[in-house]
Amino acid sequence: APMNLFMRMSLTTHSFLSSFHSHLCFVISSFQMQFMLLFSRQGKLRLQKWYVPLSDKEKKKITRELVQTVLARKPKMCSFLEWRDLKIVYKRYASLYFCCATEGQDNELITLEIIHRYVELLDKYFGSVCELDIIFNFEKAYFILDEFLLGGEAQETSKKNVLKAIEQADLLQEVRGLTILIGCARELFGGFTP
Amino acid sequence: MSDVVEKTLTALPSLLSLDSQPGSAKLSTNSKLGSLIRGITELTSKHEEEKLIQRELSSIKEQVSSPNTTMRQMKELMVRTIYCEMLGYEATFSYIHAIKLAQQGNVLEKRVGYLAVSLFLNESHELLLLLVNTVLKDLQSTNLIEVCMALTVVSQMFPKDMIPAILPLVEEKLNHSKEIIRRKAVLALYKFYLIAPNQVQHIHNRFRKALCDKDPGVMSASLHIYLQLIQENPESYKDLTASFVTILKQVVAGKLPMDFNYHSVPAPWLQIQLLRILSLLGKSDQSTSEVMYEILDESLRRAEMNHNITYAILYECVKCIYTIHPKSELLEKAAKVIGNFVLSQRINLKYLGLKALTYVVHQDPRLALQHQMTIIECLDHPDVIIKRETLELLFRITNDQNVTVIVEKMLDFMSINKEDHTTADLVGKVAELAEKYAPDNEWFVETMNTVFSVGGDTLQPDIPNSFLKLLSEGFDDEEENKKLRLFAVNSYISLLQGEPSKLPQRFLQAICWVLGEYSHLREDVEPDLVLRLLVKLLNIKSTSSETKSWILMAMTKLCSGGAPLSVPLEVSETYSSSMDTMLRQRAQELQYLSQNPELQARVLPRGVSQEPMEVDSSLSFLDGFVSEALAAGAAPYKPPHQRQEELSRSKALSLEPYGLSLPISMSSCSIADRQSPTLLSVSSGLSGDRTDHSHKGGSTTLKLDGVRRVWGKEGYLAQRESAEETAPVEAPSPLQPLVQQGDGDASYSQTPTPIPECEQEKQQLASSLFVGLASQSSVCLMGKSEQTSQRFRRKLKDPAASFPSSTQNPLVSPPSSVGHLLLDSSISSDLISSPEQTHLSSVDLTVANGEVELPDRDMKGIKSTLLREDSALAAGSSPHEELDRPKDSCLTSHLPAELSGLPHSEITPLCTSPSLDLSSCHVQKDDSLVLLVFMKSSSDYDIQQIQVQVTCEELEVSCVCDSPVEELKSHGVVVCQYFLTVKSPSVYFVLSGMMSHQIPDNSLQETQFSHRIPLTSFLRPLRLSTEEYGTMWLAFSHDTKQNLPLMMDAEEPLTATLKVLKDKLQLHVVEIIGNEGIVACCLRQDQPCLLHCRVHAGMLAVWLRSPIPELPDCLLYHCQRALQES
Repeated sequence: APMNLFMRMSLTTHSFLSSFHSHLCFVISSFQMQFMLLFSRQGKLRLQKWYVPLSDKEKKKITRELVQTVLARKPKMCSFLEWRDLKIVYKRYASLYFCCATEGQDNELITLEIIHRYVELLDKYFGSVCELDIIFNFEKAYFILDEFLLGGEAQETSKKNVLKAIEQADLLQEVRGLTILIGCARELFGGFTP
Repeated sequence: MSDVVEKTLTALPSLLSLDSQPGSAKLSTNSKLGSLIRGITELTSKHEEEKLIQRELSSIKEQVSSPNTTMRQMKELMVRTIYCEMLGYEATFSYIHAIKLAQQGNVLEKRVGYLAVSLFLNESHELLLLLVNTVLKDLQSTNLIEVCMALTVVSQMFPKDMIPAILPLVEEKLNHSKEIIRRKAVLALYKFYLIAPNQVQHIHNRFRKALCDKDPGVMSASLHIYLQLIQENPESYKDLTASFVTILKQVVAGKLPMDFNYHSVPAPWLQIQLLRILSLLGKSDQSTSEVMYEILDESLRRAEMNHNITYAILYECVKCIYTIHPKSELLEKAAKVIGNFVLSQRINLKYLGLKALTYVVHQDPRLALQHQMTIIECLDHPDVIIKRETLELLFRITNDQNVTVIVEKMLDFMSINKEDHTTADLVGKVAELAEKYAPDNEWFVETMNTVFSVGGDTLQPDIPNSFLKLLSEGFDDEEENKKLRLFAVNSYISLLQGEPSKLPQRFLQAICWVLGEYSHLREDVEPDLVLRLLVKLLNIKSTSSETKSWILMAMTKLCSGGAPLSVPLEVSETYSSSMDTMLRQRAQELQYLSQNPELQARVLPRGVSQEPMEVDSSLSFLDGFVSEALAAGAAPYKPPHQRQEELSRSKALSLEPYGLSLPISMSSCSIADRQSPTLLSVSSGLSGDRTDHSHKGGSTTLKLDGVRRVWGKEGYLAQRESAEETAPVEAPSPLQPLVQQGDGDASYSQTPTPIPECEQEKQQLASSLFVGLASQSSVCLMGKSEQTSQRFRRKLKDPAASFPSSTQNPLVSPPSSVGHLLLDSSISSDLISSPEQTHLSSVDLTVANGEVELPDRDMKGIKSTLLREDSALAAGSSPHEELDRPKDSCLTSHLPAELSGLPHSEITPLCTSPSLDLSSCHVQKDDSLVLLVFMKSSSDYDIQQIQVQVTCEELEVSCVCDSPVEELKSHGVVVCQYFLTVKSPSVYFVLSGMMSHQIPDNSLQETQFSHRIPLTSFLRPLRLSTEEYGTMWLAFSHDTKQNLPLMMDAEEPLTATLKVLKDKLQLHVVEIIGNEGIVACCLRQDQPCLLHCRVHAGMLAVWLRSPIPELPDCLLYHCQRALQES
């Protein structure tokens, strides 16, 4: 039936919306971050956070190409890159590259400062952070990132509040650890209270 | 027991180390993850790594599926799996276990489980459904940390269909006592809004509450939602402007807690978010903009510190200032900021400065002029990114005087650039510039040659398409056409004589077409020579079979020229047994036609005028065949896009990366904006299977409807003329920097500084690059620098111009800009036709500069009619303006009897001469529009021989009585009727007319006038059944898509919105099913336009199709207006 045709057509609206940008159109642009990658000078990925749904294949391809492009840039060069349709903002801290992708309209400088704030958070949490901290405790780095950026948008920009949230969750770990410790001490020493 | 002890003992060291430093579980050397990582670093080859990880993964797999594995172990395993996935090894088996961990673990294990889920899955993954219950449980937990974790994962991904299940719980959290919970709940709702806006419609006032939250974190989280809402529908949130301004004032004044400071700048992220919101609210809205001037000024003033973050704020301020209704003081300050950026030694700032300059250069070309030397330096910058951005800027300031230099720079860049995306983008831009501003044939053809060679086969298909269209359609000047074609032929013959194997296929195809069509223009070259060149091409191994089809077609055309038959026969012999059916068909055609000159002449007539041929794109002549086939049980045809969709639907999950395809960056130029997914438009490719169209209908014209009309017939010539006109003005001494002339404004005039000798070269370059800008800048500050309506029209469909805020004049609201440009062009034609009206027109010209409100007041006559007539007609009522205009009422009585019952527009005065008053109105008949011109004598004597002529380019005007009115009695009234039908649609039609009559002393008096009629007056409902609609839809090739505002407050938004359109524009609503509706209308029976409307993301996604190229765009404009007014 012809109506079916239109139902199907409606499925395609997504692609036409995206391909149809004219200034007549109410362009719905987002300032949302698309993804963040951390990789080493050797090109080893240390952290990846994708805020847009992509297939694994696509993710791998993007990562590979982007790492290559960024590593090829010289130190004095601009921290921004146009890459495909995206704006890439990257910065190197010691041996680690932090690299964010946003849409072209976004304000590149503020993205650069988002990276910097994240590094500050890591630094505060780990106590003068180095690449090894992130390699061995990458899940912590993810937790911090999730408290700072949620769904690609800055969630909490107060350093104190982010770390407070993380430490509260961490604290549970310690308390629990201690309880077990006390528990087995009891078992070992039979009835003695420590 | 022993098990517990053992575990505890192994955990001891790490627990102890935790004590001293919270959070730093420094290199847990004994952990399995630690040894895995170390294991990997010790390896030397990728192969070894692969082996190790595979081993690791299979061991993990074994453990996770074992029932004895505790959640604690599971947590550790999951961390290792995350690590392996990060290295690029797939571990899909673990996804389900991640969900299990989130479900069953204690708080800490849950945390890892949720993290793994958020890293492994994306929001369309089917496993995500299994998480819903867990989230539901955790949202209800009394443990705050669990609630936080659930909200965190929900804000990142959640199955759209399951939102209703958790929505009440999330909403409830908006009232939670802990700010962190409220904040996360707001972000979760934001996520819901993004993926399913309709689901959260009812809680919009809750958003307002979040905006007023006492915690700044919650408030700033709510701004994400507002930014999105306002972007979609700024009108509904104007009342919040003052609140946003107040918040920004407080932030700037440092009223927020110190923790929100970043490098001693108060809450910069918040500031930037607010500035973005303000710019959306203030865009083309003077009164709203006025509310924010003060705070913008304040923000500029406060951002003084030399730190990136202050620059980020400044940049956002500048963007805002250039987006909202302009204020000259602020603009001056913003211009200074841009200047500081551009001149900065810091490369990031320089980049941003160039970017800002690119945004504003249309509004303020002088700014580019001011920084010309910096721009020149940036062209030679060692960083390609800076170069690239500079080219973008140059692209925006290109005009017919600097085009050659700029194109040369772009081509230079392409020769060193290796990246495909950039090349494709730049090639498109060069082609666009070449078509718009080409100074001469030679340059044009050569530039296009480079475009084709460099662009290679990644070239967008519409570039060769429009190039060939240009050659075939040509311009009015036959001589010029011939020269251009001849030049192309010459150039291609010499290319083929060189090394054609190096040329890309697309280029070869274009070459073949041109040679086939036009090589006869070169009389000194035997067709045989061309044929031999083509054969040589055929024999090159790398030539694709598609190109071979083109070659054979070109040969077929050449044979008609009486060339010796041996070559073609030989060729057709070879290919008529080809495995490629297309090729075989072409070979057969060649064989047959070359031997049958008579048929050849009929099929491929040469030198016939350029009349566009009709293509029956619905292929109706095949209907019989199709119905027979269907009757015989054949499956109905499905267009390719439909097939593809079904295919992808059968795979159930669409993993299309739509997030990435969304950003069409401002740099992605133009290309392929109109390719209909049905591929029905004849034009959408040069691929071999469609070549038959040009072949079938005769070789002289390529029917390329639907391809952007980039170079209108008059366009090219107009450009050339203006080049000649401005030529004397331009010629600046190469040593003198271009300072725009005669401007007293000190802040802009640049004092020429002494120029060192070495700079001379750069100066010279500058003068050639920035030529033409100075004269443009003498237009008013805010005026568009665009000069020709042709360029406007182009821009309209050009995604390159899509940057929403700054490339446009802030005075112009985007939806109405079509109106202006058409108005603009029509008014300039008034200017020519009626010297008496110059005073009026000069006012009107400000319309061209963007202010649309002004003429509303000044042209009350015409404009008010338009507005009122729309509603009067829609209501089907007779005019109700009698009260205001007693003068008209007497004219109403003069309406011809046969028209008196029909709806008519208000009667408006056209012109006045000393003895005659002319007024007009139009009456809607079912099949046409009748223009009535009332002539009312105001003199005391009779007037003789009155003649009124009305013309309009886009309309067919036929007068009921052609003979002049012999005599008009003193104070009498005569009415003339003109039938109007649309030739080619336009947003407004401007009729120009001339009235002449004899005055008593027998001299002839002439008066000119003009009258404007909107397209809507010609629209009639087209009554169709859904089936008929379906068939027609497929047959139409011209389409336009756009999002329009939806009447959200109505109970049924779609029905209400369509009703507005129906009432205001006289459309026929065919059917509404669910959230889709189909609507039809027509101008005449053979000029239909179909609309497919669908509710999507709180907007009305409208898709228009018509067989008339311009109709969808024009109608869209009126739809937009109708919805905005209501």
